[in-house]
Amino acid sequence: MAVLRRNLTAYGFLCAALFCFAVFAWYPMIREFILSFQETNLIDPPTWVGLDNFEYAVGYPGFTEAWIATLQFTFLALVCGFAVPFVVALVLNELRHARAYLRFVVYLPVMLPPIVAVLLFRWFFDPGPGLFNQLLGLVNLPGLAWLDSPATALISLVIVSTWMNMGSATLIYLAALQNIPPELYEAAELDGAGILKRIRHVTIPQTRLILLLMLMLQIVATMQVFIEPYMLTGGGPAGSTVTVAYMMFQFAFTNQNYGVAGALGMMLMIVLLVFAAFQLRLTREDKA
Amino acid sequence: MISVGARAAAGRRRAARRPKPIDTGQFRTIISPLQLNSRWGRRVYWAVLVTVVVTFTLAFVFPLYWMITGAMKTGEEIAQMPPTLFPADPTLDAYAEAWNLFDLGTLLWNTAYYSLGGWVFCMLVDVSAAYALSRLRPMFGGVILGAMLATLMIPAMVVLIPLYVTVVDLGLLNNPWGLWFPAAANGFNIFLLKRFFDSIPRELIEAARIDGAGAFRVLWSVVLPVSRPILGVVSIFTIVTSFKDFVWPLLVMTDSDKMTLSVGLSQTAGMVTQNAVMGGLVVASIPTIIVFFVFQRHIMAGLTAGSIKG
Repeated sequence: MAVLRRNLTAYGFLCAALFCFAVFAWYPMIREFILSFQETNLIDPPTWVGLDNFEYAVGYPGFTEAWIATLQFTFLALVCGFAVPFVVALVLNELRHARAYLRFVVYLPVMLPPIVAVLLFRWFFDPGPGLFNQLLGLVNLPGLAWLDSPATALISLVIVSTWMNMGSATLIYLAALQNIPPELYEAAELDGAGILKRIRHVTIPQTRLILLLMLMLQIVATMQVFIEPYMLTGGGPAGSTVTVAYMMFQFAFTNQNYGVAGALGMMLMIVLLVFAAFQLRLTREDKA
Repeated sequence: MISVGARAAAGRRRAARRPKPIDTGQFRTIISPLQLNSRWGRRVYWAVLVTVVVTFTLAFVFPLYWMITGAMKTGEEIAQMPPTLFPADPTLDAYAEAWNLFDLGTLLWNTAYYSLGGWVFCMLVDVSAAYALSRLRPMFGGVILGAMLATLMIPAMVVLIPLYVTVVDLGLLNNPWGLWFPAAANGFNIFLLKRFFDSIPRELIEAARIDGAGAFRVLWSVVLPVSRPILGVVSIFTIVTSFKDFVWPLLVMTDSDKMTLSVGLSQTAGMVTQNAVMGGLVVASIPTIIVFFVFQRHIMAGLTAGSIKG
């Protein structure tokens, strides 16, 4: 009886969460699977079409380009968004003054609503009176077309993305650096290791796990990039910034073709799950 | 070895002459205190410090300065080349204009209502679930927790479309519950809360049980009061996340009188002058900046606690 009562109380407390998860988290995961094998516009009754959605998506002009753009964006965003915060954290950790100010300032853009960052930078990127070209003009450099040229559009998106996201990675690395036992540095110094060698043989091995974890997290986050192309370029110029997530959104909400969007989503999910699984293994290792 | 000792001695002499050596505190980092306080160490240190402070201010504060002053310029001045560093004739007209054009009053009210309502619902659902999983230990509790955490592995953009289809089927478009239900299904909140509840000493709860407290009474009078730190962190993150959210409200709250601040700004931004846009952005940033000022320590603590062990 006692066991039964305890379970009844427990499920009483759990029922609201079970409802939310079942309807708004678990069911959509199954629905995604179903959706990708159906043709549906939410108005006419859905029909089963087998693998047609996948074939259509793969054969769609711009499919390969969207994956290339996504991979390019991810690569560039990692070069900036992965390396820069680590270097910044290394430097910040050495400073003995203005620490609170610097930490506050680097995290400030993370707190802003993304739409603020994006619209602000849209103005900065304006080839005429925009801030960036005016600054380039100050040092007598020719202005760039930024978002209006296929050559620079993707880089411009990476700049916005890095500006608004790097704060959290920096603070996480900073916390990891502060956990390194000082004796290791002292020992390395006694052995005659210079600054670069101390970074190479003490700092990096000591933060290896968190670095790898953040790498996986950032790959998964940046491969889903959507707000930046949606608000800044609309996929252009000449389709150079159509990412997979953006293409998926277009299929679903512009063309009302939820099946093909679902198929694209499945492909994106399979790619991302590989990284997520790797991340999970690292987390386990971290706890052990 | 002699030279090192000599350099140290020289450093000490110089330190005695100069009133303030660099205080290294109790930390030992890559560069040793000795190296830092050597003659070259000090020079390099101050040069790096000044460079970093200036670069950070330019990179992260100056854009915000540009946004705030941009909104204080007139329509002609903001389009002028080269731009002015200070507004020639600062006015608040653009803010008033933005307030009317974007209907900021309605947007702010909507956003506040969705965020706070969502926060109350989310806390009710997630706290009771975490309490049940941590303290009441039902059958299949482990499986349920695992299934909740598994949702964190699924990329948000991928679930977006089936979730939208589900919400359409349930007729929750333009209904705040369309935002609140999915937000409450937050595995990460439940994980953080459960981990904290697990760490509450058994004796505390046993004592309340012996005094005749039921499950709800234990949660309300014992567990919640001692869990204030984690409740604070989870609350701040829940409110800030829903305030910042863009893509989901863009899909769900499509009526212009039900939009959130972010969505409303994005829809109207192309149709108004640049200084009014900046005015709108400043208004949208102020709440988050205030929250950051007030809860800075909680936010930073939550960030590192959540991500390292999460």
